[in-house]
Amino acid sequence: MIRVSVQSDPIDIAAELALLVGAGVGGIATFTGVVRADDGVSALELEHYPGATEAALRALTEEAAERWSLAAATVTHRVGVMHPGDMVVFVGTAAIHRAAALESCAYLIDRLKTDAPFWKRETRGDRASWVEPRDGDMVAAARWKDD
Amino acid sequence: MAIDLLYFSWVREAIGTGSETLDPPEGLASVSDLVDWLATRSEGHARAFADRARLRAAVDQVFVPLDAPLGRPREVAIFPPVTGG
Repeated sequence: MIRVSVQSDPIDIAAELALLVGAGVGGIATFTGVVRADDGVSALELEHYPGATEAALRALTEEAAERWSLAAATVTHRVGVMHPGDMVVFVGTAAIHRAAALESCAYLIDRLKTDAPFWKRETRGDRASWVEPRDGDMVAAARWKDD
Repeated sequence: MAIDLLYFSWVREAIGTGSETLDPPEGLASVSDLVDWLATRSEGHARAFADRARLRAAVDQVFVPLDAPLGRPREVAIFPPVTGG
């Protein structure tokens, strides 16, 4: 079972987890990204490339499902305006054994950050600025190519 | 041949629109050639495309380097490096 979603609605963790549990295997790993409250950020706006974003997420998720023989994988990314404490992204993987679930979950969030067309704009006070890509994200995504 | 151009993030803001349909001249070999032509269209286009190292592109929703062949696409998107997750 593979499910990807790009949505303006809040992420429903219980529903996401229920999908993964429904796959009927013993190992589930999840990653949840939350809007940081630090350094004065009052709002975070996510823009995306409709159609291409969903296709990119689906391609990554299918790749992970094959590489780690996953029973289920779900990637849900919010778009639009969010605030500190809101969940931005949820990645969940289900496999027979924990190593496959944990590794594929890390793979999906690392690759999502560099390969899926989303753009973040932060608001601090009355100033909004586009977030610059981080070199560390490129390094994190690249490490999976050496395996 | 008309191409749907899509712009995102600060590229969109600099140009002042998220999309436009244009009929570029024949003979543009690469995505970069298309960007060169687009940059001549307005001050906003020129500003958006000034620093090529900060641009990424997708041709018919396939992500490609700027030196990739243009072909005869229906849709070309130009945008900054992605920052999701």
